[in-house]
Amino acid sequence: MKVELGMPTFPQAAAEAVDDAQLRHNLRKATHTIRAKRAKVVGELPDWAELRAAGAAIKDHTLRNLDTYLERLEAAVTAAGGHVHWAADGDEANRIATSLVRATGETEVVKVKSMATQEIGLNEAFERAGITAYETDLAELIVQLGHDTPSHILVPAIHRNRSEIREIFLDEMAKWGRPAPADLTDEPAALAEAARRHLRERFLSAKVGVCGANFAVAETGTLAIFESEGNGRMCLTLPETLIAVVGIEKIVPTWRDLEVFAQLLPRSSTGERMNPYTSTFSGVTPGDGPRDFHLILLDNGRTKALADEVGRQALRCIRCSACLNVCPVYEHAGGHAYGSTYPGPIGAILTPQLRGTTTALDASLPYASSLCGACYEVCPVAINIPEVLVHLRARVVETHGGEGTPGSGEPRPTTGARWGLVRTKAAHSAERAAMGAAGWVFADARRLRRAQRLAAKTRRIVPKHRVPGPLHAWTDTRDVPAVPAESFRDWWARTDGGTR
Amino acid sequence: MRIALFITCVNDTLYPNTGKAVVRLLTRLGHRVEFPEEQTCCGQMHLNTGYRGAAREMARSFAATFDGFDAVVTPSGSCAGMIREYHRGLADDGGFADAAGRVVPRVYELTEFLVDVLGVTDVGAYFPHRVTYHPTCHSLRMLGVGDRPYDLLSAVRGLDLAELAGSAECCGFGGTFALKNPDVSAAMCADKVGHVLETGAEVLAAADNSCLMHIGGALDRQRTGVRVLHIAEILASTEEEPA
Repeated sequence: MKVELGMPTFPQAAAEAVDDAQLRHNLRKATHTIRAKRAKVVGELPDWAELRAAGAAIKDHTLRNLDTYLERLEAAVTAAGGHVHWAADGDEANRIATSLVRATGETEVVKVKSMATQEIGLNEAFERAGITAYETDLAELIVQLGHDTPSHILVPAIHRNRSEIREIFLDEMAKWGRPAPADLTDEPAALAEAARRHLRERFLSAKVGVCGANFAVAETGTLAIFESEGNGRMCLTLPETLIAVVGIEKIVPTWRDLEVFAQLLPRSSTGERMNPYTSTFSGVTPGDGPRDFHLILLDNGRTKALADEVGRQALRCIRCSACLNVCPVYEHAGGHAYGSTYPGPIGAILTPQLRGTTTALDASLPYASSLCGACYEVCPVAINIPEVLVHLRARVVETHGGEGTPGSGEPRPTTGARWGLVRTKAAHSAERAAMGAAGWVFADARRLRRAQRLAAKTRRIVPKHRVPGPLHAWTDTRDVPAVPAESFRDWWARTDGGTR
Repeated sequence: MRIALFITCVNDTLYPNTGKAVVRLLTRLGHRVEFPEEQTCCGQMHLNTGYRGAAREMARSFAATFDGFDAVVTPSGSCAGMIREYHRGLADDGGFADAAGRVVPRVYELTEFLVDVLGVTDVGAYFPHRVTYHPTCHSLRMLGVGDRPYDLLSAVRGLDLAELAGSAECCGFGGTFALKNPDVSAAMCADKVGHVLETGAEVLAAADNSCLMHIGGALDRQRTGVRVLHIAEILASTEEEPA
């Protein structure tokens, strides 16, 4: 996952999104619709809590024994006629995938929607190598044609409405292949038909397919892909060569474990009882589907996350995006503000673990939450996202110089000269001083009493509508509460608990 | 039963009337309340901002201050949630696991204490106003207080309880979130304010003054005339001493 120099921090990018009325309208409508669908179909299962616990337990067991299951998967895929490759990071995975495509002599590939290939920037790596990757998931197609980036895990073009999509199809489809009809309307059926005709030609001509996987079954070497359109299945069956890029945390031990996730995933992600197109395949089968199958197993920061006792639960994630759809911060900030393939609450805990917290953007992500806990409540594998956020915030404070005491001076310099670093240092320094001072006051009830009396004495000079300094962030939209003449503890002492 | 009041730093400093209301209410119900003066803060602001060391010391002080009481009652769902969710973990790091192990299970948010421990829903209050209730995230999801506040408010004589649309959605306060992400925080608050105004309520109530400070600050800024009030002050209210 690449961070570009000069990427704004979450609060900066979110501020722009908040001002975009069209974006907020699109996001609100879409997230509230999926949210309600999910709540309905989850609510009708009497054993949802047990399913959720089972999902978390299977993932935790697998992660604890990941070395065993990875080797088992490799053996099973190889036995089924596939080839397994290991990639420590995104660059290595891109190199392997590029050389595999080159070996076929082809310069075009069709792609199934995949988060892992976005995470490592595979399309861009292909482009640099003279290979064109065609996205075939409808929403990914919209994003690709629009020269855009996805803003949601499940619904990558959630920030676009249908009239914007019509414009994109009319302007861009002809540059990539079959043009959209000139009389295209913004009716969903018309848009889908235009995409279907455009993509059909692609499927029939492609010799190489690229996919990810929702699950990889160690016991049988099976990859399972859950999708809604059937376009993925076209890419999995028609090409001669198939290359899968799969994160090492996608493993489940046995075929039977899929039963749990086949219930958890569709209900949590699209709000459907059953997934429309579920494709499973193991290696190669002569006369049926691709003749050559390659599995690239991707680490890219995952073993580092696995080593963190609190943070590792993020690796349970099955990319359903229920946490995005229920998150009020995501709803207002939009997916692009997270500056990562993984937006929303899960992105705020996954990205800083995969990329680290040294850049201003990545250090701002654990703070991109009011800790309301709605994400944890809906997570089908019970990832305690607020707990991990709080844990990562402590890491950010450590990275930027540790917990200071009042007057401890300049923060330790952070590594890497990046945009926003000076500002970040200053902000962290001011925050650390404030937190240090507050910690000092709260460490002793007598100090707290003295501070309260000082506040009471000066209460008349605190402006209600406009406070200078960093607290203007509060008074831009909210009044300041009036400081009372007497604190509770002084009242208690004076009246002996209200009895005098 | 020895009952201690954990007032919380925010209520102590900015909302003493909430504390007075808790004392008046529990006294009216026949209980004596003690106020251990060594108490300060639960450590939530520090923990949630990334200052775990400072939070651990506040949790240590909390356990020492409240050890020995049968019940610790607090008029804050958020602080009760912090204590229940995180104090044991902080205690494990800081070597005060025994004290925390005794104190943490005895900490109750006010509405939990009234309904679960004292077994009352009609506390004999009188408050003749149209009220809507924001359940607050930590009361709702960390503590799971559920219907308790609504049952208590429904039993208040004269009170007209209006349903709040989107009640489970966060108001956008989130402690230092409101300062670190002011634009998103304000946009979330605007949604909440919109829903409050739809109800036609005169009063917005909650079990957390920090959320009310945030929503109330926006209600005041927009001169809506809607006032915010901690649920304790409504439950303490009577004909003789109205809130």
